[in-house]
Amino acid sequence: MAVANVRISVPSREAAGPPISEAPMVEIEHLSLWYGSKLALKDITMSVPKHRVTAFIGPSGCGKTTLLRCLNRMNDLVDGVRIAGTIRIGGTDVSDPALEVTELRKRVGMVFQKSNPFPKSIFENVAYGPRILGVRSRSDLDATVERSLRAAALWEEVADRLDDSALGLSGGQQQRLCIARAIAVEPDVLLMDEPCSALDPIATGRIEELMLELKASYTIVIVTHNMQQAARVSDYTGFMLLGELVEFGLTRELFTNPRDPRTEAYITGRFG
Amino acid sequence: MRLRLKGLELRGVKSGDAVDRLRREMTAQQDRYALHEGRVAELRAQQRSSVVVAADGGKQKELPLAQVVDAYRPNAMGPVAKSLAYAGNVWEFVADDPRESNTEGGVFPAIFGTVMMVLIMSVVVTPLGVLAAFYLREYARQGPFVSAVRIAVNNLAGVPSIVFGVFGVAFFIYVVGGTLDRLFYPGALPTPTFGTGGILWASLTLALLTVPVVIVATEEGLAAVPRGTREASLALGATKLETTLRVVLPAVMPSILTGLILAMARAAGEVAPLMITGVVKLAPALPIDSAWPFLHLDRKFMHLGFHIYDVGFQSPNVDAARPMVFATTLLLLLIVVLLNLAAMTLRNRLRRRYATGAI
Ligand SMILES: Nc1ncnc2c1ncn2[C@@H]1O[C@H](COP(=O)(O)OP(=O)(O)OP(=O)(O)O)[C@@H](O)[C@H]1O
Ligand SMILES: [Mg+2]
Repeated sequence: MAVANVRISVPSREAAGPPISEAPMVEIEHLSLWYGSKLALKDITMSVPKHRVTAFIGPSGCGKTTLLRCLNRMNDLVDGVRIAGTIRIGGTDVSDPALEVTELRKRVGMVFQKSNPFPKSIFENVAYGPRILGVRSRSDLDATVERSLRAAALWEEVADRLDDSALGLSGGQQQRLCIARAIAVEPDVLLMDEPCSALDPIATGRIEELMLELKASYTIVIVTHNMQQAARVSDYTGFMLLGELVEFGLTRELFTNPRDPRTEAYITGRFG
Repeated sequence: MRLRLKGLELRGVKSGDAVDRLRREMTAQQDRYALHEGRVAELRAQQRSSVVVAADGGKQKELPLAQVVDAYRPNAMGPVAKSLAYAGNVWEFVADDPRESNTEGGVFPAIFGTVMMVLIMSVVVTPLGVLAAFYLREYARQGPFVSAVRIAVNNLAGVPSIVFGVFGVAFFIYVVGGTLDRLFYPGALPTPTFGTGGILWASLTLALLTVPVVIVATEEGLAAVPRGTREASLALGATKLETTLRVVLPAVMPSILTGLILAMARAAGEVAPLMITGVVKLAPALPIDSAWPFLHLDRKFMHLGFHIYDVGFQSPNVDAARPMVFATTLLLLLIVVLLNLAAMTLRNRLRRRYATGAI
């Protein structure tokens, strides 16, 4: 379903769409976030269903990355951030200050918008997460590294140079390496911030296949600027604008029958 | 032995078996020493013979044989013999002890002292500087206090080195050394063990002198590690300490080594603070030898830089010592270059291993 044959229909003015009936993995309630005095997320309430791919779209600077980083508490690292509201992942309240963030982050993996491999060998990059989890056996590590690199469509290209520096890879290869690194620890929830922005169509196709494979056992949240991609891989889509979650619902419905005129304007390309 | 006796006395034992035994042993040793001294004097007296050297132009000079160290006739030697003699001289210079109040012979103790001092300094300054830099940049709350510390560190790099020397004397030698002596070597007092200049104090003084260099280089390296790299580690569930040790530290290793290279270069050429913290014109023994505990950090030592000063400007016969000064200077430069080359090779190897950027 491409953007071109989006039907224009009469929008209703409901805030974010009907509640989702599937079992939720991530529940966000009245989440607001300020960078200093600047409001970056405005009162977001939604839930991400388990074992589904959920996509966020929206113009640059609307707060997609910020929302994603709330889910694994990466915003804790930014000075001057204030957060209100609650987020529950798998039933546990992750906004609780007493929560072990390292435990949370082991369950909620993240692929960053800008690829950020470690200045280590390719092998060590992928093996880093398992090592943090306490895996010591070389054969286990070997197996994990190969499985993760295959899943990220990188194995064929790097199989014979696993000990070379990861910084010697091309930009797209580095991005796939970061994906391999994130899935090596088998998190429950995988957050992917524009994972395909540096990839060619073949690698992109491979990553999309991976997402469809992984959703059987993981919950995936993806941010993308590519609406065809959102339409292809996601089950649910949220449209964000200026820190607000304008519309959230089944991908099919959001693209074919958007209820908000702003969503419609954005997906038909008259906006942003 | 005298120390043990004194120790006993200090503990209030004035007589008894132990004291008597020690006294007797001491007398025996003194007798043996007197015997040897007598033998040496005898031998010296026997060395009456001398050679008469005839030079072109009919001049003759009588030299007592005891003063002749080495003799050869350059004009009668072929190229091979000449180069052999030359190599022998170089070897003597590098590997022998000095003679004739340093104006002849070799400079081996000075080489040894210089290298060892720089190594001790490196061992101290690296952890100190690296920990300080990591604390300042990674752990401390950025604020006026950290800025003040940073300014102070930068200023420290501009303080004249003799000031560090004075600090070394006042703090390390009198305070730390004096305390160590009182605590662990009360038997030797009033002769100080650590309460006087020594290679340890000189190295520590130099470590203070060069620590700003290491801090600044490490901080710059830390600033160059992208935020995303740290976040990637944290996002995988690593703690801050794990991130620091496993990701950040290896990434800044080349910068740390750069700082260390600069520190070593500075330390090897520094003389002023050493002159008051433990360098001597002629050290009776190397800081490492076969007597327990093998490493004598309290010993005074010789240093190439000071050797240049001493031979060139303090020796009784400055003109005769001139070649010695030049050769020593060359050697000091060579050692600095060698130390730097070693550190640079290591750094480049690390760089090649990690940072081949093609993004
Ligand atoms: N560390 C920060 N400090 C201050 N403001 C920030 C910070 N990070 C993001 N912002 C602001 O918050 C808003 C949302 O940023 P965010 O990175 O979430 O956008 P985004 O939707 O991911 O955009 P893009 O599609 O370009 O990646 C922007 O206006 C941005 O300027
Ligand atoms: Mg973003």
